[in-house]
Amino acid sequence: MKEGDQIPELKVTPDKYLPHRYAGASGDFNPIHIDPEFAKAVGLPGTILHGLYGMALVARAAILGVEGDARSLKRLSVQFRGMGFPEQEVTVTGSVKEASGDRIVLEMEAAQGDNRIIRNAEAELEL
Amino acid sequence: MAVDESKKGKSYPPFEYEVGREKIREYSNAIGVHAPVHHDREAARAAGFRDVVAPPMFAVVYSAGSVAQGVLDPELGINLGRMLHGSQEFVWGEPVCSGDTIVTTTTVSDVYERAGMEFYVFESVSKNQDGQETVRGTWTNIVRTG
Repeated sequence: MKEGDQIPELKVTPDKYLPHRYAGASGDFNPIHIDPEFAKAVGLPGTILHGLYGMALVARAAILGVEGDARSLKRLSVQFRGMGFPEQEVTVTGSVKEASGDRIVLEMEAAQGDNRIIRNAEAELEL
Repeated sequence: MAVDESKKGKSYPPFEYEVGREKIREYSNAIGVHAPVHHDREAARAAGFRDVVAPPMFAVVYSAGSVAQGVLDPELGINLGRMLHGSQEFVWGEPVCSGDTIVTTTTVSDVYERAGMEFYVFESVSKNQDGQETVRGTWTNIVRTG
């Protein structure tokens, strides 16, 4: 991998019940993620994805270019911006920002259409 | 309410989490990670791990309980109804495997107000039973006051 190279895209469409499974797996049962009536009552169009679920998708995408070896991921920082929604495809993209020796820094983002849910993500890999 | 900057540096009691194989599998399935090392003990051992290994972002599972002590701390008084998770960083060290006991300590690393918003930054440091650091997290929560 060299500077400017794109990493393979990750495309995932979380189903309607994904936030329930993620809530159980992570322990984050904030009702804005699992209760449509609650979400609407606080002004959201419906339940929204957990931000840290989106970050987990970015972490998955970060290692696609290194044969999926999770040990290579040393650092990941993200900014949560737009809200993500179930039943809409999430696309994670990234490119190589720095490549020196066995250290690679990727700049990444995750979006649903034009809605960029995670921006200014930076992943550091050690090969 | 103005933020109380004197809370900068406050730490919370260590939070212990025992990592189980089924929890790693459940979490891996939820985020769509199907590599055998995260599900199958033999595959994990063949790859050099002690047991089924957690994906990096499993860090949220074992450290969130520690950070929650800060988020829910009445002395900080974060307005949860207006709180957003603004940004997050993890720096990983030793991999985490089933059977590990992870102890996480959280500190309030920064509290400030900017542009009508309150920022609460927590730093969590997690170590395994051998004292090796597994992850260091920086959790930035933003409360809109305007």
